[in-house]
Amino acid sequence: MGLGAYVAVSAALFVLGLIAILVRRNVIYILMGIEMILNAANINFVAFNRFGSMKLDGQMFAVFVIILAAAEAAVALAIVLNVFNLFDSVKPSEADLLRE
Amino acid sequence: MNEGALQRIFYAALGLLALLACGAGLAAAGGSGLAFALFAAMTLGGSVMCIWERSVVRSAFALMATFTGVAGLFLLLEADFLAMAQILIYVGGILALLLFAVMLTPPDLGERKLTRILAGTLLVGGPALVLGVQVARTANWFVRGAPLDGRAQGEFGSAERIGVGFLAADQYVVAFELAAVVLTVALVAAVYIARRKKADLEPDAGREGN
Repeated sequence: MGLGAYVAVSAALFVLGLIAILVRRNVIYILMGIEMILNAANINFVAFNRFGSMKLDGQMFAVFVIILAAAEAAVALAIVLNVFNLFDSVKPSEADLLRE
Repeated sequence: MNEGALQRIFYAALGLLALLACGAGLAAAGGSGLAFALFAAMTLGGSVMCIWERSVVRSAFALMATFTGVAGLFLLLEADFLAMAQILIYVGGILALLLFAVMLTPPDLGERKLTRILAGTLLVGGPALVLGVQVARTANWFVRGAPLDGRAQGEFGSAERIGVGFLAADQYVVAFELAAVVLTVALVAAVYIARRKKADLEPDAGREGN
């Protein structure tokens, strides 16, 4: 399969992540949507690395994206627990302390 | 229409689409096309299920199909180290963290609204489809010469080359160390934040101190 096919799959995954963030009212779905978007970016990095005449730079970037995604998931879990403790809810629209 | 019938129709349509994709891949490029279509269908079908499902736990497990499918796509792209790292970190680590978050928060089964899902899909998916097709059609400007073929060069797998890239002084060693520092700081901070008591979190708890 050519580069275009991988780019198409990556674009579709990105859009699905965006939809997951937009249509679900739950913090955990926002986290899942972010993970999908990061995975879409990773597919692009690896595909362009494979089809372009470069060395291994794309795969390196993908490794760093995975590392940062792991850190992000841990911090996000802590934030979700705190939001739930404070507001008794996991809806992002109810975390509105700064609105006052 | 009741929930069960809706669910059956959705999964029947999803399975039919996946079968169609596999058939199209097989017809277009034989075995490698079939493998690509299978992994792409896993990836996209998993995320569609994740958006569709009403319960967060089922969404999280649907996401497992997405991550595994992406790992398969990495394998097809000859990035075997990344594929294994993807399975280890995403399926083993991040998904477990998500399930922890699911377990520690209450279920909210009335949260999914079909009208909102439909509206969001049309609003985002329509323009994105046009744009994505354009990009995918024109992506080949990037391809120069023959693709990098590890097997042709006698280098099976990319783990060794990635390790060298991480540790060679003129490549990524600074970024590697920075990533280690970022991971340490982020995980320690996550543990610290997650263990705070509710009294510390009250909006006016910190005012006496300052």
